Amino acid sequence: MTADAAHDVLARVVREHAGRLSASLMSLLDDFSAAEDLVQDAVEAALRRWPAEGVPERPDAWLFTVARRRGLDVLRREATYRDKLAQLHWPRRPVADDRLKLLFTCCHPALSRQAQIALTLRVVCGLTTAQIAAAFLEPEATVAQRLTRAKRKITDAGIPYRIPAEEELPERLGEVLAAVYLMFNEGYLSNGGERSHSRSLADDAEWLAALLAGLMPREPEAAGLLALIRLHRARAAARFDAAGRLVLLQDQDRSLWDREAIADATALLTRAARCHRRPGPYQLQAAIVACHAEAGRWEETDWPQIVVLYDMLLHLTPSPVTRLHRAVAVRYAQGPGAAMKELENLGRELDRYPLYHAALADLLRALGRLQEAQAADRRALEMTTNPAQQALLSERLGWM
Amino acid sequence: MKYVLMFIETEQYRKDWEAKDQAERDAAFEKVGRWFAEHATSITHSTQLYPATAATTVRLDDGRDPIITDGPFVEGKEVVSGYVEVELGDLDEALRVARSWPACPVVEVRPAL
Repeated sequence: MTADAAHDVLARVVREHAGRLSASLMSLLDDFSAAEDLVQDAVEAALRRWPAEGVPERPDAWLFTVARRRGLDVLRREATYRDKLAQLHWPRRPVADDRLKLLFTCCHPALSRQAQIALTLRVVCGLTTAQIAAAFLEPEATVAQRLTRAKRKITDAGIPYRIPAEEELPERLGEVLAAVYLMFNEGYLSNGGERSHSRSLADDAEWLAALLAGLMPREPEAAGLLALIRLHRARAAARFDAAGRLVLLQDQDRSLWDREAIADATALLTRAARCHRRPGPYQLQAAIVACHAEAGRWEETDWPQIVVLYDMLLHLTPSPVTRLHRAVAVRYAQGPGAAMKELENLGRELDRYPLYHAALADLLRALGRLQEAQAADRRALEMTTNPAQQALLSERLGWM
Repeated sequence: MKYVLMFIETEQYRKDWEAKDQAERDAAFEKVGRWFAEHATSITHSTQLYPATAATTVRLDDGRDPIITDGPFVEGKEVVSGYVEVELGDLDEALRVARSWPACPVVEVRPAL
């Protein structure tokens, strides 16, 4: 097994068990911070020892035993915790999957989005602080401080550990989905630093979306997010060329797309839409991506359908960025002149958004206004920090 | 857990309030009265403050004489206009109470010792 493959196995095993261990310690100790610390210690011990000793036959029992021993050790002064832990033995009685409660606590709207993501990665996915810092290209101390603050806030402000009441569920589920989707986007196309493509965050985000979809079968948006992430990932192999440069959708080699994964994700999306008939932003975005993914060639893309889906999306969640994407679809459905009209109305709101200037440049070029196009390209280039995006834009500047 | 809900007025809210006639003000007061009645079992204390124009700030910096100035401690467009102390189970309950507040547009929810 290569080092990378061994690393992947390790990450997968930890992810499969860390959240369950967090939930079981949480229900026992009723203290988020204490439970989280013990899980983290157990995960760090596993990452130290498993590469040399091999992954144990029952990784869950192994992690549990380490966490328990550690708990008895560090919580020496806290008699109540000690007593609770001392009574605890493996195997535990089968318990309901409480990881959903963990997710709702980690993604409570009283925490910042960055804190929600860092906590979720640690508590539910079992990442270490160092791994989170590496994924976000941030100093470890910054992430550690963010986690400490978030845990303190959970305790001090009385953020509950439970699944929200029915009437609050749509909004609170929205928070969780947004955190997972942002995590995916960070992994899929990170916004800064050297690595423009980081595998593990996208893995974790997909895994979390699958967990959510499995635990919340009545929520079509959870399935929608999972389908969206899988549709993006099914095309990942074609997104970068051999030199590591980003390849535009229209130039991608579609034979590299994973047709089977696309069909599966599309089927998942259709099932969710048919069973519930409650469209939402993630189902609609997934449907848009599915339109692209199902087209055998760029020229076969169903642009009018995409425009309709964007209209529905704008109706649910109006945003200037979505209007920009709609305008791009309008360009191919109705021509660059119609799209230009849409774009002109967005200039003020999206002046600081690099993709606006990139899209503008594209349209200006299509309309033969080459000098203006070049200026817009330059604006876009000034604004993006992602090396792959920058490379793509500077390449385009080079053609002119 | 004990929480303090701080009610915060914005400039716009004050302008809108001043533009209201007596009947509209009475209706607004009645809504607030109903809110207090609804949450009477959780409210342990409440205070309405005079406007920020009545505030005086004393700044006790190290080694210097206290500096006394007119106005609230931060000059801003949003000022605290009153607060209630509530006893509730957790933050979600406190947020639910805060969301149902029928008057000024900002409520800060802070756990209290």
